[in-house]
Amino acid sequence: MARLNLILLAILVACALSVVTSQHKARKLYVELQKEQELARQIEIEWGQLQLEQSTWAMHARIEKIASGQLMMHTPPPSRVQVIAPEQKQ
Amino acid sequence: MNAATQMFPLTLPVWRSRIVLLLLLLAFGVLTGRAVYLQGLNNNFLQQKGESRYSRVIEISATRGMITDRNHEPLAISTPVESVWASPADIEIKPAQMKRLAQLLEIDAGEIEKRLVDTNREFVYLKRHLPPEQAAKVVELNIPGVFLQREYRRYYPGSEYTAHLIGFTDIDDKGQEALELAFDAQLAGKPGSRRVIKDRLGHIVEDVESIRTPQQGRDLTLSIDAKLQYLAYRELKNAVAANRAKAGGIVVLDAKTGEVLAMANLPSYNPNNRAKLEPKRTRNRAVTDLFEPGSTLKPFTAAAAIEAGLFKPDTLIQTAPGRLTIGDRTIHDAHPQGALTVAQVIQKSSNIGAAKMALALPSEKLWSIFNRVGFGTPPLSGFPGEVSGRLRAYHSWRPIEQATMSYGHGISLSLLQLARAYLVFADNGEIKPVTLVKLDTPAASTRVISPETALQVRKMLELAVQPGGTAPRAQVMGYRVAGKTGTAHKFEGSSYAADKYVSSFIGFAPASDPRLVVAVMIDEPGAGRYYGGTVAAPVFSNVMAGALRQLGIKPDAPLNNVVLPPPNTPEIREEV
Repeated sequence: MARLNLILLAILVACALSVVTSQHKARKLYVELQKEQELARQIEIEWGQLQLEQSTWAMHARIEKIASGQLMMHTPPPSRVQVIAPEQKQ
Repeated sequence: MNAATQMFPLTLPVWRSRIVLLLLLLAFGVLTGRAVYLQGLNNNFLQQKGESRYSRVIEISATRGMITDRNHEPLAISTPVESVWASPADIEIKPAQMKRLAQLLEIDAGEIEKRLVDTNREFVYLKRHLPPEQAAKVVELNIPGVFLQREYRRYYPGSEYTAHLIGFTDIDDKGQEALELAFDAQLAGKPGSRRVIKDRLGHIVEDVESIRTPQQGRDLTLSIDAKLQYLAYRELKNAVAANRAKAGGIVVLDAKTGEVLAMANLPSYNPNNRAKLEPKRTRNRAVTDLFEPGSTLKPFTAAAAIEAGLFKPDTLIQTAPGRLTIGDRTIHDAHPQGALTVAQVIQKSSNIGAAKMALALPSEKLWSIFNRVGFGTPPLSGFPGEVSGRLRAYHSWRPIEQATMSYGHGISLSLLQLARAYLVFADNGEIKPVTLVKLDTPAASTRVISPETALQVRKMLELAVQPGGTAPRAQVMGYRVAGKTGTAHKFEGSSYAADKYVSSFIGFAPASDPRLVVAVMIDEPGAGRYYGGTVAAPVFSNVMAGALRQLGIKPDAPLNNVVLPPPNTPEIREEV
């Protein structure tokens, strides 16, 4: 009887310790997860800012100004346009 | 030695030891009782105290959804900014720090001090919406009692091009105008909160429970095409400036689906900087303002006359001598033409011709077509503040009213309604609801007139933009175009203003298979010219040409199709 009790006690202690370690591990992993989630949020915010930046740089008014002002681009006159109709399928 | 002790043996009464034992037991009893009371019966207080040492409720912010055009180009984006706030109750600030803080926040040091005077308060904003980099510098100052709060600010890359359409949000990121207001429920997120356990270093180590799940705002994809929107705004702006007009509006519709591809108004404003915003500039005139359309309604009169079987496109109508007396009123054609066919009435825009057609019809027939193309009922675009226009019930029409309504007087509508009504001619007699949101499946359409009538009116509208019509300037290289001019005196107070006009042009292309409807309205052109054919038609032509090219729509005419009348021929003047 005493022997059985001793074995049970040993098992109990082992279980208690493993609960403590796994809890500790879980918390450590959770901290990691939090960090990653925070990073994800940061990246998402940055993405929004980059989108904003891109659309600011790519504003139609700006593109037009650069195209016609710096690059001297213009719509070709009718005399230099040729329309090619798509080939008719047989 | 111990004689005395031996003489008096120590004998204590038994009751004394009993009393001590009893007292000890009693003390234990009290302790046990207290322990039971604290841990079992009344444990809330202590548990709360314990929890408050490790458990925290944290807020999870939600971002407002993005608004994009049909090609997912952003038109409104929220980006985080920091607001600086202070607690006057426990702020400790040195004069040097105050100076630096005032510099960083770009406000007066005296102003900051004024806000911190009331030491009973625990929350005072010092500056809202600071860029993150600047906010980081405020944190570096390390002033006790000064904190940051993350907020969101909305940016509009399209600035004044899309201002009337998108609207704006207030400082708390709630929709205030236009689509930001109309779709606020979808765009706005709901912030959430959850309870967590934090360790000594402030890391979150365990998620205990979620109190409210945060709901991120959903994105909104509009039917607008940002490129066409820019093109339409630019051309309208040029025209309003060149004609020294008071205002202007333009609407571009997809003729196949009823989607609004572009909608612009002038004067506009910059939604990113609203410091000096006049409220009247924020009005989306194309949707919220009514005007008398004038001659642009004549095609509907012609369609009603043909549908009723009373007229054919080549039926002759006598418009000479340019006067028609109805009751005690007389209507005029300032440029009398003689006998015209129905097609020519539209081409030359004769008031007498339109009035004679209208008077030959029962008033219900004319009312019915006006009603079914959406005059007098709101277009249900979902835009806040849209107007339904004014179309009186037909049994109260007097003959003179029936006559003037046939050429667009005594009836008022918005530019969006007018553009939508032209879908009838562009889409073979059917009309679709207009929408500002991109559609996955086309909406159901309603038949208003027969496809044959629609085609016949379309041919008349094609004549109107050719030499001999009122708007040769509306022609587009490489495409067949159809459309109608409108020039109307403005109705002010109780009469028509003699020198104030609204010039408009509405048309569609390619005429062989219409894809786009463009409606242009210029309010009070002040540079001498006021005919729709000279003021509004060139805007139509430029926008249509650019839009057809950008959408890659196949030309349906040779490139040399644009035929302007010889320079010395007198211009065909529209009836006003």
